[in-house]
Amino acid sequence: MSRKLLDLWVGLFVVLGFAALLFLALRVGNVSSANFADTYQLTAKFDNIGGLKVRGPVKSAGVVVGRVTEIRFDPQSYEAVATLTIDSRYRFPKDTFVSILTAGLLGEQYIGLDAGGDEKMLNPGDVVVKTQSAVVLEKLISQFMFNKASEGASPQ
Amino acid sequence: MVEKSLSAVIELIRSVGHQLNNGLQRLGFAARFFVMILVYSGQSFRRLHLTIREIYFSGFQSLLIILVSGLFIGMVLGMQGYETLQRYGSSEALGVLVALSLTRELGPVVAALLFASRAGSSITAEIGLMKATEQLTAMDMMAVNPIARVVAPRFWGGVISMPLLAALFSAVGIFGGYLIGVVFIGVDEGAFWSQMQSSVDFRFDIWNGVVKSFVFGVAVSLIAVFEGYDAVPTAEGVSASIKRTVVYSALAILALDFVLTSFMFRGL
Repeated sequence: MSRKLLDLWVGLFVVLGFAALLFLALRVGNVSSANFADTYQLTAKFDNIGGLKVRGPVKSAGVVVGRVTEIRFDPQSYEAVATLTIDSRYRFPKDTFVSILTAGLLGEQYIGLDAGGDEKMLNPGDVVVKTQSAVVLEKLISQFMFNKASEGASPQ
Repeated sequence: MVEKSLSAVIELIRSVGHQLNNGLQRLGFAARFFVMILVYSGQSFRRLHLTIREIYFSGFQSLLIILVSGLFIGMVLGMQGYETLQRYGSSEALGVLVALSLTRELGPVVAALLFASRAGSSITAEIGLMKATEQLTAMDMMAVNPIARVVAPRFWGGVISMPLLAALFSAVGIFGGYLIGVVFIGVDEGAFWSQMQSSVDFRFDIWNGVVKSFVFGVAVSLIAVFEGYDAVPTAEGVSASIKRTVVYSALAILALDFVLTSFMFRGL
């Protein structure tokens, strides 16, 4: 086989391979939303993070605005400390409410940001004070059962 | 009687020792051979058309089997995945299932297994036969280094082709899953792609798959050229080394896949 034809086929093969990689990157994966260009970090403390995972989404009004980048345990206060990396296009007021929510009934857990009405904005590196922990199903059920039991006991 | 059984036991122990010694010696030879390939790579890259020729033979000519297998594996994943997911009422997650299983595992592993049996065995046969017909010795006599002229181009041809083939395999497989899931069964097209895009991460899932296929490419190509170079130069010896290429490549791919997966996807 002549070298020119060989080069053509190999070139075609390489171009096809890179096209497949590009297809995987752009159409299948999410290059755009995974890596925000400019970010800043916030810290939030929770009594219980439930099943929240690193790389989990941070949403505000249902739109992904950032990712959970670190979760650690604070041995002083016995709380979980989550570091949130937020796209720097979005700034939130000082009294933003941070809660751990669940997508669907049994879906993955994510962090929801509910903006408050404060004039001052959260600065990069700030600690968010107003947080709500994950709902643990067992606690919810036992609370419900105790309520039912006390309701049943009171009329007698 | 006692003496006889004692000598049988000694013979058994000796054969175990012989096997171990032999295996270690071959492993050491393979490692030195790998270093030799790397050392002479510069020389072989100076004549780049040799490597391009090998990319044609091991990469381009494997396209057909890779694309067809990828398409069918994707279609089977689509069918089986739908069958299971619809029981839990989450058939929209079909795209996630197909894309993650292909980019993380099936793409690199199955493409490497196919590559080992399609291209690896032919590389071994070619080099083994060159050795049997004393072409390698003849090259040495003409002061042409057989590692730089024959072995290194085949090695690099395989290493370059493997990630491209694995990416093509995954892409075609996802298309196959789309074909079955969306076109034939009727899963919602928007949900299929958007759920896939929101849970497949480029760096974490796709790039790790590319790294895996690169490692498999190095392993398969090294085993193929080594077995060919190390073949006993008879018809029987060449056939035995082709068999070893396929068996060792498959074992190496699966073992390496376990190791790489446990490093890459730990803690999830």
